[in-house]
Amino acid sequence: MINGNLKSSYGSDERIVNNGYKQAFVYGSFLCLAAFALFANDYMILIACQVGILLVAVVGINILTGYTGLISLGHGAFVAIGAYAVTILHNAMDGIVPDALTALIAIPVAVTITALIGIIVGLPSLRVKGLYLAVATLAASFIVIFIVENETFAGYTGGVVGINTPVPNLLGWELDTKREMFIFISVSAVLALLAGQNLFRTRVGRAFIAIRDRDYSAEILGISLLRYKLMSFALSAAYCGMAGALFAYFYARILPEQFELELSLELIAAVIVGGMGRTLGPLFGVILIVLVPELIKVTASVVTNGDTASTRIIAPLQEIIFGLLLIFFLLKEPLGINHIVDRLIRAANRWPFARG
Amino acid sequence: MLKIQDLHLSFGGIKALKGISFEAVPGEITGVIGPNGAGKTSLFNAISGFYTPDKGSVHFDGRDISGLGPDRRAVLGMARTFQNIALFRGMTVLDNIKLGAHTRLNTTLWQALRYFGQARSDELALRRDIEERVIDFLEIDHIRKLPITMLPYGLQKRVELGRALAMQPRVLMLDEPVAGMNREETADMARFILDVQEEFGTTILLVEHDMHMVMDICTRVVVLNFGEQIAEGSPEEVSGNPAVIKAYLGAAA
Ligand SMILES: Nc1ncnc2c1ncn2[C@@H]1O[C@H](COP(=O)(O)OP(=O)(O)OP(=O)(O)O)[C@@H](O)[C@H]1O
Ligand SMILES: [Mg+2]
Repeated sequence: MINGNLKSSYGSDERIVNNGYKQAFVYGSFLCLAAFALFANDYMILIACQVGILLVAVVGINILTGYTGLISLGHGAFVAIGAYAVTILHNAMDGIVPDALTALIAIPVAVTITALIGIIVGLPSLRVKGLYLAVATLAASFIVIFIVENETFAGYTGGVVGINTPVPNLLGWELDTKREMFIFISVSAVLALLAGQNLFRTRVGRAFIAIRDRDYSAEILGISLLRYKLMSFALSAAYCGMAGALFAYFYARILPEQFELELSLELIAAVIVGGMGRTLGPLFGVILIVLVPELIKVTASVVTNGDTASTRIIAPLQEIIFGLLLIFFLLKEPLGINHIVDRLIRAANRWPFARG
Repeated sequence: MLKIQDLHLSFGGIKALKGISFEAVPGEITGVIGPNGAGKTSLFNAISGFYTPDKGSVHFDGRDISGLGPDRRAVLGMARTFQNIALFRGMTVLDNIKLGAHTRLNTTLWQALRYFGQARSDELALRRDIEERVIDFLEIDHIRKLPITMLPYGLQKRVELGRALAMQPRVLMLDEPVAGMNREETADMARFILDVQEEFGTTILLVEHDMHMVMDICTRVVVLNFGEQIAEGSPEEVSGNPAVIKAYLGAAA
């Protein structure tokens, strides 16, 4: 039981930030983000941008897998589509549309394209579930990467060697430093989280959860499985497309291999580790999958002390260590980090009366 | 209003329904009874669109709905509960009931993502409506914030009825609403079902083994046995029917 939770109207009962702790947390987070943008060093900004970009994608995966119960091993491809779409759109508009407007056109168009392709990739979900769906989406992602790498389209995509990406200009504000990109990325990530949360206060989000929990009783309530499964795919793809757009803007160059199975798995891993079907699950998960390998890397470089021979031995070990940590974590805490946080909050609420 | 015509249904070799035909009495309670395995649940599944009958049709408001999926039938105004409770167990009572109102809301994806504006006013209006028409009505105020898993069986059945009521259905199908309930719970449930019929004028189809309840609240009763419709009539007619007595005695023996 959370204390101090008495409500006097349905309106206040329906709010998300429905108690003082949550309010403090939200406003505190905004302050931290602002302070971070001002004072963090370049390395921290770089890491935070990686977190922010992945977070946008993982919020989408959470909608699909965490809330709708549909699994995909192919969402890395949607990040690719978003990234390549903005890059190609910028190149196409170069010299035709004023620079200050290009990104504002390219982003929504790229996100829409990704969503539409998401609907197509989602079609198998109407017939198959679980592993079969995972394989179907995986196959779809192979096709996307194949097309990107194919010689025929290399004029647009750059083919296997990749392509240089544009610098976004938002109505005259050129985002040519990582710090400026951080502001853009963190605003996008906050909006992504907020929109994702809003969804579950309405009939749309409830329909997703209903499909996850029992799809025949969802139908009996008039929820069309066709419509809502495809909607969930489109939406999650759109989030990944947005993440792709940010990815293209953030890095100077993109390569097809950056969006292969490994990325799709990373997205899934983040949402599982963070807590599926929980608002902040993606945030916790992404922080973990970005920071832990980084910490391992830093530790490894301290251990090897720059010695090339031992670095060569340690480098592959890093991924193994990360993999083992993930497995260990999931065995200990299958409900993810969000569950640990829940327990801490409960304990804090009871304090000083009881522990646990 | 709801008319079933010559419905045949089989699972492989098992003939679950062999030519069922009847009409639900508009605004009244029609009982469907029969021994275990008679085909009552199969009939409900065929009416609500889960099973495609081999032969026969279901008409709703004079329209043949045999080709529609369960979700389309729900949109037309058909609601049901399940013999073995099909609530969303992880969700709260309130969210389960809100889900019932899905088809009555128009919130689009785009409005949902923004929330403020249309989605918010939709949700607040829904909350007010549900509180008055379902939660107060079924006397479940005290449990609205609890997850389903924390509720005793009898209350779960009541919440499932609440979810169906939130749909504001025109036809409500209840599959054994009092099975496994004690006397007091049964009496409560019977009262709620009668209240629904009287206050909202809902047409109700009721599958039930509790004969007292069926005879008390139904205006008309259809009797199934081994997939066959062996009788149809008023409760008095049916309870005096030799075929019905034989079917029940045969099942008991
Ligand atoms: N999905 C199914 N697959 C195969 N056979 C089925 C299926 N559903 C029902 N049956 C069979 O159809 C017949 C009718 O079953 P049904 O569940 O409709 O009976 P019922 O009247 O609801 O019985 P009860 O009072 O026990 O609920 C039974 O012989 C049952 O075994
Ligand atoms: Mg049955």
